[in-house]
Amino acid sequence: MSTAVITPTPTARPRRLESLLRARELGIALAIIVVFGLTTLNNHAFAHAASIQQLLTGAALIALLGVGETMVIVTRNVDLSVGSVVGLSAYIVGDLFKHHHQMPVVAGFAVAIGLGAAIGAINGLVTTVARVPSLVVTLAMLYIVRGIDGVIVNGKTIDPASIPQAFITFGYRSLVGIPWLAIIVAVVVAAAGYAMRSFRWGRDLYAIGSNPDAAALAGIPSGRRVFTAFLVSGALAGLAGALFLAIHAQVDVTGGIGYELSVIAAVVVGGVAIFGGAALGALLLNTINQALVATKISSFWNEAIAGALLLAAIAFDRWLSLRVARNLRSAEGAHRDL
Amino acid sequence: MHRLWTARRTVTAALAATLVGTIAAACGSSGTTATSGASAIASSAKKGLTVYYIPKDTQNPYEVIADQGGQTALKELGGKVVVSSGTADTAAAQIPSIQAAIQAHASAIVIAGNDPSALCPSLNQAAAAGIKIVAFDSDVNCGTSPSHLFINQANTQQIGTSEVDLLAKEIGSKGQIAILSAAASATNQNAWIVYMKQELKKYPNMKLVTTVYGNDDPATSLTVLQGLLSAYPNLRGIISPTTVGISTAAQYLDTHKSLLTQLTLTGLGLPSQMKTYVHDGTVKEFELWNPNNLGYLAGYAAAGLASGTTSLTTGSTFKGGKLGTYTVLAPAGATGPSVVLGPPTVFDVSNIDQFKF
Amino acid sequence: MTSDVATRTPGSRRDSVDGSRGRAALRGLLRWETALAGVLIATLIFGSSTSSTFLSSTNLFYIGLNMGEIAIMALPLTLIIITGEIDLSVASMLGLSGTVMGVLFSHGWPVWLAMVAALVVGALGGTLNGVLVAKLGLPSIAVTIGTLTLFRGIAEILLAPRTITGFPPSLTKIGVAPVPGTQVAYSAAIFLILAVVAGVVLHAAPLGRALVAIGLQREAAQFAGIRVNRIKFWLFVLSGVMCAFAGILFTLKNASVSYDAGTGLELNVVAIVLFGGVSIFGGRGTVVGVVLSVAIVGCLQQALTQRNVQPEVQNIILGVLLLISVVIPNGGEAIRRIRDRARRRA
Repeated sequence: MSTAVITPTPTARPRRLESLLRARELGIALAIIVVFGLTTLNNHAFAHAASIQQLLTGAALIALLGVGETMVIVTRNVDLSVGSVVGLSAYIVGDLFKHHHQMPVVAGFAVAIGLGAAIGAINGLVTTVARVPSLVVTLAMLYIVRGIDGVIVNGKTIDPASIPQAFITFGYRSLVGIPWLAIIVAVVVAAAGYAMRSFRWGRDLYAIGSNPDAAALAGIPSGRRVFTAFLVSGALAGLAGALFLAIHAQVDVTGGIGYELSVIAAVVVGGVAIFGGAALGALLLNTINQALVATKISSFWNEAIAGALLLAAIAFDRWLSLRVARNLRSAEGAHRDL
Repeated sequence: MHRLWTARRTVTAALAATLVGTIAAACGSSGTTATSGASAIASSAKKGLTVYYIPKDTQNPYEVIADQGGQTALKELGGKVVVSSGTADTAAAQIPSIQAAIQAHASAIVIAGNDPSALCPSLNQAAAAGIKIVAFDSDVNCGTSPSHLFINQANTQQIGTSEVDLLAKEIGSKGQIAILSAAASATNQNAWIVYMKQELKKYPNMKLVTTVYGNDDPATSLTVLQGLLSAYPNLRGIISPTTVGISTAAQYLDTHKSLLTQLTLTGLGLPSQMKTYVHDGTVKEFELWNPNNLGYLAGYAAAGLASGTTSLTTGSTFKGGKLGTYTVLAPAGATGPSVVLGPPTVFDVSNIDQFKF
Repeated sequence: MTSDVATRTPGSRRDSVDGSRGRAALRGLLRWETALAGVLIATLIFGSSTSSTFLSSTNLFYIGLNMGEIAIMALPLTLIIITGEIDLSVASMLGLSGTVMGVLFSHGWPVWLAMVAALVVGALGGTLNGVLVAKLGLPSIAVTIGTLTLFRGIAEILLAPRTITGFPPSLTKIGVAPVPGTQVAYSAAIFLILAVVAGVVLHAAPLGRALVAIGLQREAAQFAGIRVNRIKFWLFVLSGVMCAFAGILFTLKNASVSYDAGTGLELNVVAIVLFGGVSIFGGRGTVVGVVLSVAIVGCLQQALTQRNVQPEVQNIILGVLLLISVVIPNGGEAIRRIRDRARRRA
């Protein structure tokens, strides 16, 4: 089945291709600027520093999840369990802080990332070793992890008093005017982007997604690579859970519900070709959400606009990959006259 | 707590006396039957009753406390409570629990409706099977099919008006305000908002600019809050009549204290969640009532109905365990026969540490 | 998917559509359906051990009532998944069609006309999906996530935050009374009739074989003259109409509608179809399996609720069942592969 969320583009890269792919990310960035501009014209307060910070922090969690999800989607898989992982990790870290006030902040983050990675590992193992379609595995894990979360939470909440101030600072403090959240996301995006381009396993992921047979013939250890992608996706979901706790300073069983569809939407809108994609997609969707309230358009319009945007992005993505394919064919054709 | 008891006892006694007096005066010669019926406290409830508590979902912290109150009540009465619901806040998630109650031959159902109307067909079936229906927290609008008793946490109108009055006092009755609500379809939210808008007419210099919906989800509440702040930079006050909304907003203001110079937050919140914010001055005062008492009273009402010692007749009374005697109020608008737990309690720095919920 | 790599090796079941492979596949399917039948019996035994009234007609009526609309949505989804696509917009269309019906009815339209309008909306939504997936060739998982959001959004614009009630009792009685003379809920009865139709089409009609062919090897099917795109297009339209119909039933059953009707049900429907033995890769699945899956999930949820098992635990059980349903068929192959790899390394 074509469960590929994004139609993969061919991997050969003549110059024209690069520029076409960049066009995608530039298009999103342009859309963000346009929406921002129009909203500011309507309501000048939208352009205040506080608002911009809000735009960045509001998109932070989904952007973070988007990095991991992109890796998974690039290999023609999907990870639907991320929302549940966010909820579980947020609550467990909160609970740890509640019962062990002296626990260092770093430990909190470590537990969150470790927990997420463990669940990601399970997803990866079942997908690669048992050869179960990732849609099914991660859908099942969505139910299971959320269920475990519910059993553990059992109607309780974590209250702000339980969480050390030092932890909460990550949720709202800024460094030279840029929110910590935005910095963390930027670092993760940059690191992932660099890894995807420069390291063998990163390029392997694209190869696996683009043409699984060719990748296997070329000797790429697909199983191990896909496993790593799920591991990273889970670890980032765990990290997002810790940050959720920092931002809201409270969590109950509803943490992270519904995030999986938002993340996939961000990835679809932003594209996977170059690594900033999902983060930009998340930023665009969040900007639109806040713009709608800021321009006093009823919040009831949010979903419909988000849906229309998604469809437009998917169609545009397809148009782009057709252009790319046509370019490649003409490039090949030119070389074929031997 | 002490103030709360005395006030409620006085109010209840006054209400009861007024009603009894009115009925006696109106009914003339047949008045004796009515008054004796209204003031008699019949034999105690049957033992061994099973009451199904069906909250909005099994994890809502507010309702978990209420359910515990119900369990206390039924234990005192020698009966038991089964808590059953779904995980999603939908009517469809509650219907299997209603069916389970019917299958288990429960004595009564105490339900917090996720939807004003979609539960009526199933509840009607339960009533037809002899199960008494009590609604709490969020009412169901089923008319007489089935008839049911609504345990109102506080007088609906009073919740709406007191919220506005509380905010008006803090912002000098002047400025733009907004409401941060829960789900757009929540019965109780919409009922309170109607009265808030009515009360606002008394304050011509206060203007309600918009209502945003956070769906009782911290992430959504935060997003709509941030949008709200961008859209209305001159906003002076926010009323959030939902525990998730007010705590999310409080956390945001707590970490962006500069906003507090011109923005005031109030609403309905749990003391346990709001304690930090009241102590550091982010929120000066807010209201609620004791959810444990709500569930406790609902338990006694349910047991009373199932035993035949309580009725839905306007003016009839019943004993709410250690909370005292309560009187059934007449139906009004979409609400059927109801009982009011008591006036909301205002929490501020002077009393917030006394409460454990 | 990485699994594509393994299954393309020679000798794989997926390679061809010829008779012998087909028969082998059929044998494999029957094994799964038999297992499901066994699970259903076990579930019924479990249920009646919980409550003496579990097998009563009232309880069976309830189960049918609860599952009816989900089951109806599962049928077109089964056909769509067999052809290798997916439709995640099913529950949103249920909500949108109910909303349209409610809004028109509240504006004075006769209820029958409002119902027709709801079906038309379903056809339009299905057409949108069909055009994007079949004509433009966009990936169906992404497209239907988009339309899932869009349909729900339109319903929200139309109706939030109101609720519409007041539907005629002669119609809303489907929510409280079974089909006269039986104890089967109306929606369950309709589902069973539709299931028979779907089963006949899938297993006995040429169209059914075409669907399987499309799912197994799309290019080969195309070369064999099967109008792949046209079939997929009409399947999505069918899905839209049937989900709209489910929306009408859902609204009447609850005697009311609000814009968020059916939110989140799409994953339940997908899980039920997958648990019924329909392969997510396409090309494999039976209607019998899906019917059994519906029955199992309905009975199990009812039994667990009556036993007062927490809904969170019920979710865990559902997830585990789903996992098992795919791990077991693939498990044998996986063990063989690991053994081969170990042998090769030695």
